[in-house]
Amino acid sequence: MNEETGGLAIETSGLTKRYRRAAALSECSVTVPVGRISALVGPNGAGKSTLLRLLTGLAWPTGGSAVVLGGTPRQDPAFLAEIGYLAQDVPLYGRLSAEDHVRAGARLNLRWDGAAARTRLRQLGIPLDRAVGTLSGGQRAQVGLSLALAKRPRLLLLDEPVAALDPLARRHFLSTLTSAVAESDGGLTVMLSSHLIADLERVCDHLILLAEARVQLCGDIEDLLAEHMVLVGPRKDTSAIERAHTIVHATKTPRQTTLVIRRGGPVIDPAYQAEDISLEDLVLAYMGAAAPAAYTHLSTVGEE
Amino acid sequence: MISFRVDGRSGVPPYLQLVQQVRQALRMGVLDVGDQLPTVREVVAEVAVNPNTVLKAYRDLEREGLIEARSGQGTFVRRRPAGPPPTTHSRLGRSLARWVREAREAGLDDEAIESLLKVTLRAADQAAADFDEGIA
Repeated sequence: MNEETGGLAIETSGLTKRYRRAAALSECSVTVPVGRISALVGPNGAGKSTLLRLLTGLAWPTGGSAVVLGGTPRQDPAFLAEIGYLAQDVPLYGRLSAEDHVRAGARLNLRWDGAAARTRLRQLGIPLDRAVGTLSGGQRAQVGLSLALAKRPRLLLLDEPVAALDPLARRHFLSTLTSAVAESDGGLTVMLSSHLIADLERVCDHLILLAEARVQLCGDIEDLLAEHMVLVGPRKDTSAIERAHTIVHATKTPRQTTLVIRRGGPVIDPAYQAEDISLEDLVLAYMGAAAPAAYTHLSTVGEE
Repeated sequence: MISFRVDGRSGVPPYLQLVQQVRQALRMGVLDVGDQLPTVREVVAEVAVNPNTVLKAYRDLEREGLIEARSGQGTFVRRRPAGPPPTTHSRLGRSLARWVREAREAGLDDEAIESLLKVTLRAADQAAADFDEGIA
């Protein structure tokens, strides 16, 4: 896996989508390097699905631009051959079997590895001959993912693929996903939207956080965690902290102040206890800063 | 062959969990010199983590000199972690046990003890860092 290839799979600049008055996505500028598994997080209605649809060419921007795998997103076969997209709720034909879907894919796609899809589904014990409408949610998600991977895409865009799955099905789905990335030797880039931070933390190495239709954070998770800290201290004037650092979020009780900061240097104020920040707290801090009500949309449903 | 676990809610970064599990396995004798570690693909399929997480863990262990990648063959244990001899371990263990008894008698529960230990370790790290930077 040559993670340091330097190329960008996705680069957007001021990307905007307005519907009449309201902006579904506003001035979105993000980059995702080749080979990353990027987590797309944010409250419902923050613009995650809109961004994914703009990147596939299923929707057109009203402003700004996107470069995806070196080209402008559009609904033409050459562009789409490189992209696997799994929409929310995994749209499959319920009366058709997985085998029917695999065969249809062979006719509809320029490049198609049906054998790999069948092998993957057999390994997972998913029947190829049964109507997919009769399969479990986890099995349908695996069929959808296997079909998306059968294109041998260079970019995989997944819109909340695990939201409806139980923990075991989620783990299996993510295992299929990470295995596909490992087998691609750094050639496959993934963007994955989800509310399940614990899942994202183990699978993703890159993060894009949207809130209120705007980008709040974008970067490698390791760097983002290193740039931020939690400071816990007595309730007092925080202007000294503010001069040296950026306060992302502050929680104040009569006695105590808890600050999430983007550090501008070492923290030397002895009144504060400095702690590393978890990914979940980082996401919550930015969501809370953008819109306090957003807190309630973030589920922290656990691992097992 | 070692089998990995990754706890997504432990607060310890996944790559560090893998590093710690290999070191622990070496200290405990679960892994020995010459033993093979699972491939990146095997680990990824087993615990569903980002492939770069496994690569980073193996790179760290290789930099430490504990494991080595042999091209085309896989990754193998080179040596066991350096550290004080077992006698030092048990001596420090005994004095820590005395301290824990004292802390319990003073009314500290496990949580209070753990948090005191964390704070003390952090302060020691900070003091060492300050000393390194020459501002102490």
